[in-house]
Amino acid sequence: MYVIICGAGKVGWNLARELIAKEREVTLIESDHGRYRVVEEELEHAVQYGDATELWVLERGGIQRADLVIAVTGDDEDNILICQMAKEKYGVQRIVARVNNPRNLQHFRLLDVQPAVSATDLILRLIEHEVPEYGLIQLLALEEEHLEIIELEVGRGSEAAGRRVQDVELPDGSLIISVLRGGAGFVPKADSVIQPGDQVLLILDPGLESQITPQFAPNGASPG
Amino acid sequence: MAKRALDAGHEVSVLDSDPLSHERLDKDQLTTWEDAGGRFTVSTALEIDGLIEAGIEQADVFVAATSGDNTNLVIAQIAQRRFKVQKVVVRVADPARAAWYAEQGLLTICPTQVAIDEASRVVLA
Repeated sequence: MYVIICGAGKVGWNLARELIAKEREVTLIESDHGRYRVVEEELEHAVQYGDATELWVLERGGIQRADLVIAVTGDDEDNILICQMAKEKYGVQRIVARVNNPRNLQHFRLLDVQPAVSATDLILRLIEHEVPEYGLIQLLALEEEHLEIIELEVGRGSEAAGRRVQDVELPDGSLIISVLRGGAGFVPKADSVIQPGDQVLLILDPGLESQITPQFAPNGASPG
Repeated sequence: MAKRALDAGHEVSVLDSDPLSHERLDKDQLTTWEDAGGRFTVSTALEIDGLIEAGIEQADVFVAATSGDNTNLVIAQIAQRRFKVQKVVVRVADPARAAWYAEQGLLTICPTQVAIDEASRVVLA
């Protein structure tokens, strides 16, 4: 698999290192000469100097035969452009783009540059969606499917504690998909028994949280 | 371009992230830009609120002419696809990028290509 990474910042450089360690063929492209020189000392010919938004730079990097292009520059416009050209001009099968300013996520979506990853957004979600009373954490929102995955702890004396998965009262549109117990995770069967202290992952239609969390709340805790 | 359009009787709204660029609009004019009927909004190009405040929803023509090709190309596509502006004109300095995006249906103006064509014509004549 041939991967082109545009932008040799912390993310790009470390991505390149990881992929090279996994014996993938990688070309890293960096437009700042000082930065390029530093990275070149370690990665040598795997890094190229140039502006990855210019067609000749991408072509010199072999974009026609790239399987995956990752745009992780510090500039959202550049990342959008690189991915657009990779996909639409050069027919690259897979692209991944970094979103620096979460407010620009909508532009990536509008121009069909997906997946687009915003680190700020990921962390914001962890902060905003942690509901202290029940320790609910939203792990993942699947945009297109309109589903989300949440993590909950099974409280002592809660409704769900001691019940089999199939007997836990969950609304339609939600499902327990995994249980983490004692540091080990497993996919439960319908007759697996949920225990207090378990961390449970559920997939659900957004909006059903308020019907689910009371089932896992510790005995005596007032439902939110 | 903004001044010419205003003089020709069109409604013109200018968006720039640098408030001082307004001075260029007032320079050598008898009245201020606003008194002459023009609009000016301070905002970065990708900020949807700024674009709406500048009136993009009512615009018939959108011109992307910042100093950055990539910004121009992204914002032109937003004007086209999200706001459905009828006529979108993009200034793209890099001839290769300009050619590709012209193929994608954007009205691109490439100052570099114009200069190349003109200079070649003069030199090779």
